[in-house]
Amino acid sequence: MAEIRMTPGRGWTDSIRRFFDGDIWYSFTRSPVTIVAAAITFLYFFIAAFGPWIAPHDPFDLASITLLDASLPPAWMEYGDARFLLGTDIQGRDVLSAIIYGSRVSLLIGFASVILALVLGVGLGLLSGFVGGAVDAFIMRVAEIQLSFPSILIALLINGVLRGVIEVQNQAELAYTVLILSIGLSNWVQYARTVRGSTMVERNKEYVQAAHVIGIRPTLIMWRHILPNVLGPVLVIATIQLALAIIAEATLSFLGVGLPPTEPSLGTLIRVGNDYLFSGEWWITIFPGAALAILVLAVNLLGDWLRDALNPKLR
Amino acid sequence: MVAFIIRRLIQSLFVMFFVALVSFSMFRFVGDPVHQMVGIETSLEEREALRERLGLRDPVIVQFGNYIAKAATGEFGVSYQHKRPVAEMLVERMPATLELALVSAVFSLVIGVPMGVYTGLNRDGFFSKLFLSISLVGISLPTFLIGILLIFVFSVQLNWLPSFGRGGVVDLGWWTTGFLTVAGWKSLIMPSITLGLFQLTLIMRLVRSEMLEVLRTDYIKFARARGLTNRAVHFGHALKNTLVPVITITGLQLGSIIAFAIITETVFQWPGMGQMFLQAVTTVDIPIMAAYLMLIAFFFVVINLIVDMLYYVVDPRLRVDTGKATGHG
Amino acid sequence: MPLLEVENLVVEFPTRRGTLTAVNDISLHIDEGEVLGVVGESGAGKSMTGAAIIGLLEPPGRVASGKIVLEGERIDNLPYEKMRRIRGKKIGAIFQDPLTSLNPLYSVGRQLVETIQTHTDMTPTQARERAIDLLREVGIPAPERRIDQYPHQFSGGMRQRVVIALALCVNPRLIIADEPTTALDVSIQAQIIALLKRLCREHGTAVMLVTHDMGVIAETADRVAVMYAGRIAEIGPVREVIKNAKHPYTHGLMGSIPSIGHDNERLEQIPGAMPRLTDIPQGCAFNPRCPHTFDKCRTVRPDLLPVEDSWTACWLYDGEDGRSIEASKKLVAETKADALLEKNDG
Repeated sequence: MAEIRMTPGRGWTDSIRRFFDGDIWYSFTRSPVTIVAAAITFLYFFIAAFGPWIAPHDPFDLASITLLDASLPPAWMEYGDARFLLGTDIQGRDVLSAIIYGSRVSLLIGFASVILALVLGVGLGLLSGFVGGAVDAFIMRVAEIQLSFPSILIALLINGVLRGVIEVQNQAELAYTVLILSIGLSNWVQYARTVRGSTMVERNKEYVQAAHVIGIRPTLIMWRHILPNVLGPVLVIATIQLALAIIAEATLSFLGVGLPPTEPSLGTLIRVGNDYLFSGEWWITIFPGAALAILVLAVNLLGDWLRDALNPKLR
Repeated sequence: MVAFIIRRLIQSLFVMFFVALVSFSMFRFVGDPVHQMVGIETSLEEREALRERLGLRDPVIVQFGNYIAKAATGEFGVSYQHKRPVAEMLVERMPATLELALVSAVFSLVIGVPMGVYTGLNRDGFFSKLFLSISLVGISLPTFLIGILLIFVFSVQLNWLPSFGRGGVVDLGWWTTGFLTVAGWKSLIMPSITLGLFQLTLIMRLVRSEMLEVLRTDYIKFARARGLTNRAVHFGHALKNTLVPVITITGLQLGSIIAFAIITETVFQWPGMGQMFLQAVTTVDIPIMAAYLMLIAFFFVVINLIVDMLYYVVDPRLRVDTGKATGHG
Repeated sequence: MPLLEVENLVVEFPTRRGTLTAVNDISLHIDEGEVLGVVGESGAGKSMTGAAIIGLLEPPGRVASGKIVLEGERIDNLPYEKMRRIRGKKIGAIFQDPLTSLNPLYSVGRQLVETIQTHTDMTPTQARERAIDLLREVGIPAPERRIDQYPHQFSGGMRQRVVIALALCVNPRLIIADEPTTALDVSIQAQIIALLKRLCREHGTAVMLVTHDMGVIAETADRVAVMYAGRIAEIGPVREVIKNAKHPYTHGLMGSIPSIGHDNERLEQIPGAMPRLTDIPQGCAFNPRCPHTFDKCRTVRPDLLPVEDSWTACWLYDGEDGRSIEASKKLVAETKADALLEKNDG
């Protein structure tokens, strides 16, 4: 079939090429803060991917932990032990390793929920913008209402409902699914709105109408022409959402409706450690807290830079 | 103006209806209400009788209608866990949450707006960059972490402030207040900072970005071209125009503060509605969850209405009825 | 002594791709009460010049060198506060879009009174009286009532009248009018221009009228400067420049104006486009598009040379190599579209 290029320079390859050609890459390389942020983020990704192999201990292997190692402070303090760089908790588990495993979980859930929200949001946005009419009105109404509630509330509600509906004994197994669903479903709206707006703009352009007349399927039009053009803002939203998703998961775990202590995320670790804040074993909660804060800060900085770089008005 | 209000009221009703639908669905279809309410020994006939009495045999529409009617009069059913009327529990805990929310909101506004204005006007100054960096941290730290940090520093290490509870509370009829005692205020400090910090950051960034936008407009340029003083340009013209859209967003934030209180109340063991809600989620206590949802929606809707009316008062462009433009130029 | 003198003004924009020169060494003057038109295509540097004069260049733009002298005193190097006092009082400005020039949240009267009180010692009551008088002067009916109305309650033409009132309220000596009619309906444009002309004549206010519309210039200006790529191509009395354009660019501009009552087979176009600020050619900026170039044009930037009553920046008039003024004038005057097109093909 003949390759019909109706919009010179606006398809996928061109979008990618423009990215590296342009000001965006330039501004990235000129901003040391952003480079550091990106480096940190990738460090976390790395840890998440190779966690089990780099952690000095496996804190969840019940055989390897012993109460004799319990409540040791960080290695540089009195009574510290060089084997456990950041100290141990009351059961003898290495805090550093727990952080590594925990980050892994946090990132995993964060990503998965962002992808869910993105696919759902972009899909609904395309549908809404392209089809218009009652479908559009309905979707946007729901979006509006959902948007006026804080996502944490919605995530909690969905969480509660799912637990009531799915009666399963093993909390850990369920936790992943429940978390990803509740966080993902509470965050699709931003994507939908942005994509809908761009879709409506593009839909009215001549090249789309021409394609329509020729008989090219709407889905093809959406994929090939409209989607590359809305990618920029979507990317910015996704980065910001990643940070928010990580915070959301940590919050839910902290509140006790997320991951259980048997397979903890950073949020769970903080929760568990919180009980020992007053008895002096501060490292059990502070270090996971710091790890969480640094991760989110790095992702936020990246998102900030991306938003500024893609904003035509600020150039 | 009247038409405007009526339109908004109808929209609000629509939202409440939708939320009521969601609440009702949760109430009715998640788990078995009867199962939650009775013990193991209750016989099948007794369960059926209970089902009948609760109206669970009626058509769904009727049940929904009943649900709405009851909710409108403040009857939200009985908590599965506590076996007490939900409405009673809500009223008991509302003052704690509302007082906390109020203090947080005031805190975030009183500090956030001036900081936003400052960083907008002195775009590249040292302090601006400092504030912005701090604000980034404010957005990045999850609320609960801020709370824990504050407790760690001010309660554990310094022992200046209490780390849980409301402190000295005074009973005023159906409202309990922490405003009238020193202990009450001491207990309010950390939770309200925790709760308000996120909002503060948002407000500051919003005001700043609006300010920057406004400073780029033609009317500011023209004002400068007329030789108006910096004070007149910045605080007379720019500020007023900046604050108009800020009003909407801030109003909405107020609503979300009430919901965010869930986290803060958990960290500080603050006996408010949020803590109650969280417990309900953990134990799948549907009546409380549903009621909380409706209440929050109600707050949102009321706040939205107030914000819209405020907008109307502030922006003359919305009052189109008087003095339309006369034809010729 | 002229009211305003601009000498060798250079306005630069440092960007990350290098420094852009938006205004490249221009010199002009405006006498008391006269109207100087400044024409050129978008991007020629007209607005920048106006902005530099009134001291409102948007950073990172800045005046890199040159002098701006108002009533004998230098104003380009004044601190902000001193310049602020001059703005509005000695130099006023009018911008293109009357809708965005007025603050939508304040009444028209409030904006007027504020300006009046900033520059004079009038009491609020006196200032209000003056504001009402001003509105009447610019032709707003029922000014006592309309003074308390908001900008959105006025039509486009009325709004521009208010803008004019605001610019003139403390009687500046010079007004920089940047495309004052471009955003208005064609039917209103003439009225506004007439109003501006009348008021300035009555108050003895000089005007620097920046526009790309030659028709407006022909109607209103006493002298005109033609700008191209940040430089002045030609400057002189309006009749002279329009009827006897010396610079090939000016000639091309005149030829591209549609006019009723002339038998043109087709509108002449100048092929090519004005160069971007990053790609300004060496020598004369117009040389790639000019059908009469020779070596000197491509290497040396032309100075403004006096030719009869006007000044032209074109080497055709340097009198070297046996070039006579008459011959050059004839050469330019007879340039037809075809010649320009041929040049482009070849």
